[in-house]
Amino acid sequence: MANVISDETIEYVGILAKLELNDEEKEQAKKDLAEMLDYIDELGELDTTGVEPMSHVFPVNNVFREDVVTNGDDSENILKNAPGEKDNMFLVPKTFD
Amino acid sequence: MSDILSLTAVELGKAIKAGEYTAVQAMQAVLDQIDKTEETVHAYVTIDKEAALAKAAEAQKKIEAGELTGPLAGVPVAIKDNMCTEGMLTTCSSKILSNFVPTFSSEAVINLEKAGAVVIGKTNMDEFAMGSTTETSYYGVTRNPRNPEHVPGGSSGGSAAAVAAQECFFALGSDTGGSIRQPASYCGVVGLKPTYGTVSRYGLIAYGSSLDQIGPLCKDVTDCATILETIASHDPKDSTSMKREDTNFTEALVKDVKGMKIGIPKSYFGEGLQEDVKAAVLAVADKLKELGAEVEEFDLAHVKYAIPTYYTIADAEASSNLERFDGVKYGYRAQDADELHRMYKKSRSEGFGPEVKRRIMLGSFVLSSGYYDAYYLKALRVKALIKKAFDDAFAKYDIILGPVAPTTAPKLGCSLSNPMQMYLGDIYTISVNLAGLPGISVPCGTDSNGLPIGVQMIGDCFAEKKLIRAAYTYEQAAKEV
Repeated sequence: MANVISDETIEYVGILAKLELNDEEKEQAKKDLAEMLDYIDELGELDTTGVEPMSHVFPVNNVFREDVVTNGDDSENILKNAPGEKDNMFLVPKTFD
Repeated sequence: MSDILSLTAVELGKAIKAGEYTAVQAMQAVLDQIDKTEETVHAYVTIDKEAALAKAAEAQKKIEAGELTGPLAGVPVAIKDNMCTEGMLTTCSSKILSNFVPTFSSEAVINLEKAGAVVIGKTNMDEFAMGSTTETSYYGVTRNPRNPEHVPGGSSGGSAAAVAAQECFFALGSDTGGSIRQPASYCGVVGLKPTYGTVSRYGLIAYGSSLDQIGPLCKDVTDCATILETIASHDPKDSTSMKREDTNFTEALVKDVKGMKIGIPKSYFGEGLQEDVKAAVLAVADKLKELGAEVEEFDLAHVKYAIPTYYTIADAEASSNLERFDGVKYGYRAQDADELHRMYKKSRSEGFGPEVKRRIMLGSFVLSSGYYDAYYLKALRVKALIKKAFDDAFAKYDIILGPVAPTTAPKLGCSLSNPMQMYLGDIYTISVNLAGLPGISVPCGTDSNGLPIGVQMIGDCFAEKKLIRAAYTYEQAAKEV
């Protein structure tokens, strides 16, 4: 069954992805997403009952280290990359009225 | 000076050590070559000539003082532009990082610099490593040095092209679904994707964290083993980094495959495989058989499910990894947004290209509530089955041999209009990443148009030495003909 992506879904995914698409991009995204999902749906042919989802190939879990600072304070250089900076802090547009 | 460029990295290292050349001469030779060929090839995004020459002079001093004695001391290297380099622009070939200068270097680069290798600059790539042609770069396409009307492959296309055009002596790339092996194949160089966790991902700007690995692109298998030996390390800063004892990979540079069991997956030679590629790859199998290997065809399970599984997992991880690009801490910020959320959205929408947006959208969808189980978890279950299929294969075989890509390098401008078609080209490389395996691409001839063909050898986890041994044996035997 072919997937059909609604305007609401694209709107919702755009919110999750924090992307603002224009009308043309939205139409393209609906088409692309539907096509990919049709393809991904082929995985449904495989019976995966009882198969554990594998996120990493090696069973490396809970890798901890001591919470000790090893790098020095590099805030001056780090802030050089910031689009907005004030008093050694990141400057952003207003967050609420 | 003209023949210095034809040396391999290891040969150059030896020549520098012997006093035949200096590190500065080597760097100057590379920079002169860049002046000649870069206008056509466009392998680099950033080159800092002065810094490169200064660092080469520094390396030369240390070599002369006996402080640097390794095989790569004084050798110029190109770094893919998704690896952070302290003080040097790192763009991921994206507009959103067009002004990002990292305050630290990635661990792999640090390991190379400790060994005395000298960074020339940063190579072009598909934006955020998403693509198979290096055409999605914000900074323009890279052309295949073997034929400039064709793509170099991707996403590490700049690194592969730089090696092929002799604009460096070797390069680092990263491989999430074939991004080292496929461009190596298209450009006629050697490329290796190590076992997941072998090379630290610290400082590698993440695409699909569970799949990404850094590896070498270089002129021959000896360079490949030497570079891998240098960059492999256990790194507490990367929680997925593995503690390996067996990283003396150059030990495996032995011309002998007697008794080695090689499996050839039947489904890798079916529909869609270019005839020339098929013939060249099977000729490698024949050659290795002649040299004493046991070669056998077999059925590798679940091959057709690798691509949908990969794009679900990689895009899911990408959608999460790329959330950090929000116009606050670094990179591009849209100028006319007066409120924080609008600023996020506008910066990202203006900063990312179409392929990156496509993948973030799909990734966000498959992780969204209501679809997470059906798509993302399903893909992780299929990934377990794919891993199992390889486990079964490696119970019988030492290595698996097949093509790297179904075709040789396509012409520029032919691939991006149909993303699905482009994704299908990843069929032979992608499952290697899903299963965390090592894979190597070695040149094995050209097609009727003179474009390079690569053979892929795949090993079980941690079995790089078997790959290097088989690849080295083939390479040496091919030289003799």
